[in-house]
Amino acid sequence: MEILSILIPVSLFLGGIGLVAFFWAMKTRQFDDPEGDAHRILTKDWDDRPKP
Amino acid sequence: MTVAEDFGRARISACPACAVVPAAERIAALRAEREGRIMLSLPKAAGALTISSVEAALQAVPGVRSARVNLTQKRVSVETGAGVTAKALVAVLDEAGHEAHELDPGLLSATETDRQGRDLLMRLGVAFFSMMNVMLLSVAVWSGAEDATRDLFHWISGAIALPTVIFSGQPFFRSAWASLRQGKLGMDVPISLALILASSISVYETWMSGHHAYFDAAVMLAFFLLLGRYLDHRTRAIARSAAEELAALEVPRAIVLVDGEEVETVTSAVAPGDLVLVRPGARMPVDGVVVCGASELDRSLLTGESLPVPVGEGTIVSAGEVNLTGPLTVRVTAAGKDSSLHRMADLVAVAEGAKTRYTSLADRASRLYSPLVHILSFSAFGYWMWATGGDLRYAINISAAVLIITCPCALGLAVPAVVTSASGRLFRKGLLIKHGTALERLAEVDTVVFDKTGTLTLGVPEPVALEGHPREALAVAAALAAGSSHPLARALADGVRALGVGAVDVAEVREVPGCGIEGEWKGGRVRLGRADWCGAEAVAATATYLALDGETHAFAFTDRPRPGAEQAVRALQAAGLRVELLSGDAEEPVRALAERLGIATWAAGVRPEEKAARVAELSRAGRVLMVGDGLNDTAALAAAHVSISPATALDAARVASDIVLLGQDMAPIADAVRIGRQSARRMVENFLISGGYNVVAVPLALVGLATPLAAALAMSLSSITVSLNAMRLK
Repeated sequence: MEILSILIPVSLFLGGIGLVAFFWAMKTRQFDDPEGDAHRILTKDWDDRPKP
Repeated sequence: MTVAEDFGRARISACPACAVVPAAERIAALRAEREGRIMLSLPKAAGALTISSVEAALQAVPGVRSARVNLTQKRVSVETGAGVTAKALVAVLDEAGHEAHELDPGLLSATETDRQGRDLLMRLGVAFFSMMNVMLLSVAVWSGAEDATRDLFHWISGAIALPTVIFSGQPFFRSAWASLRQGKLGMDVPISLALILASSISVYETWMSGHHAYFDAAVMLAFFLLLGRYLDHRTRAIARSAAEELAALEVPRAIVLVDGEEVETVTSAVAPGDLVLVRPGARMPVDGVVVCGASELDRSLLTGESLPVPVGEGTIVSAGEVNLTGPLTVRVTAAGKDSSLHRMADLVAVAEGAKTRYTSLADRASRLYSPLVHILSFSAFGYWMWATGGDLRYAINISAAVLIITCPCALGLAVPAVVTSASGRLFRKGLLIKHGTALERLAEVDTVVFDKTGTLTLGVPEPVALEGHPREALAVAAALAAGSSHPLARALADGVRALGVGAVDVAEVREVPGCGIEGEWKGGRVRLGRADWCGAEAVAATATYLALDGETHAFAFTDRPRPGAEQAVRALQAAGLRVELLSGDAEEPVRALAERLGIATWAAGVRPEEKAARVAELSRAGRVLMVGDGLNDTAALAAAHVSISPATALDAARVASDIVLLGQDMAPIADAVRIGRQSARRMVENFLISGGYNVVAVPLALVGLATPLAAALAMSLSSITVSLNAMRLK
């Protein structure tokens, strides 16, 4: 049962990473234009150099 | 504007000459386009190609800092420097092959709802995270963890659940507190009580090394209820932003005459006393008096009359009327907030006052339900106190279990899930549900009242019985009509061309504003226009007249019905609804349309207040659905149980109605009634389903057999069943 003292913190930590990622996505407005982003990944506009 | 202000602005002005020419400065002020953000709507935007070509085209315009397309909202927002106008950008996009319209950024104030939505979503995410973690720990406890392990798991669950309940439960605590202060028992009171009681009893049980802790139930409750709340919010936010976009599409512009120079400006900058030029085909931007020019006005949006009204110097005109033939110069008496906007605000207030009287299905359910929950929980507590001889811990445990199990997880989802599903389906058919309870109200309707001009008809004239006229008259009329932009002339020219009659050569064609068109043909004078000007006897219908060789011909017109109008009327009648037609127009065209569409009950020449009175009279016996578009319908739209207006309607009418028809086709109205009835049925079913779970689970809880596992099962199963039932809508 000693393994629990490692497993529980690890699982909570991993869950916490998910929660932080969710917070970050909300804060930086990642869900403003889901449809546009799905198409944007297909464009070749800024493939050779980053958008200024 | 004070003198001091004028000087102050003159000093910092870029052009020194402006300081000595105040008029030029006013022109510059009116013309100054705000530096900043321009929003354009791209109704046809789709696919990756649109994004890159629109952005590239806009970036190439000098003065544009950045442009970003939002494909979900079908908009592009452009950051600009000074001197870039929306009109220029629309022209650029038009050249690149993209349809674009200017949006008034002032009306797109979605930020507040946006913030609320993100706030709810954040709380929902936190609740989801801790629900998953607590559930994992709970599964271990249910499958037989004992003694120190169980206590450890309970402690960890508590450490996760308590902050979550405090953070995620806030919307419920706040609204429960607000309703308690008003002395009412809303749905949120039992919810908050269950959350608090479940958390505190669990902490106590964990402290005492008890067997049962309800941390999982508390976070699950918070999660499911927040989900319902979020769905509800999202449906409303989508409807609101679509409605805002409709309003923002009509950027109100006026041409102001300053010292004889034409300056295009936004209507809000126009002041009473200014002179405004209204070109043919444009809508009156302000209320005012005509000081120069003669023309005809289409007042159908305001009065429902399809016949144009002649105007000249001294005629009083109001915002919303459409100028047809000649240019008019109008002295402004009221502009912006003082005129139509103000009128609109009054009408909206009336409409909203009427709508709040309706108690929704959810309200009725919670009114029945809230007292029942409290009574059950308290009587369980009382009974077990007596039965166990004062075992407080046991009695509180049971009453908490009752409260948790009866708590309306499914009830909180029952209505939002159905409304989300139904409004999504109707939006794809071209109907925008603006009001949360519109669907339930639509289900109760037994009478449908239609307006004619602009609602059942497109407001576009169509010549009738052209074959009955001599070919020569048709040819001359077509030649004269070709020179005018008047809607009747255009319709006549198109109609004659469709008959295969070619126009003859008429010399010296000229348009006489407010009267008609005249020219020379075979040495004689020919005229096409108003009856008195052509020397003709006026007929009862909408008509234009031709004077030729001393004879007169009357070309009668009828209004073209909206596509799908007949279908919609038939489907509504088949669904057992009474259909009525109330119009402000003359008797003849109303009768013709009623016969064409198969509407037995109709009335012509109805004034706005009579319309509202008739709707109120019908409302006493039943429930009325009003469909209308003009200012003359607005009072009736507000008085009706539920109302629909087309997207082409006047702003005030659109605001007063619950549902907006986005396309031209009328057929979706019948679908709306059908889906409305279906969703009301689904809502009732959902209430019954969640009630059914309670009927099974509550007796278990009352006798003390409910474990946290049973509570979790009942809660999640009922929520999932309810959501699935909502998605069955067709």
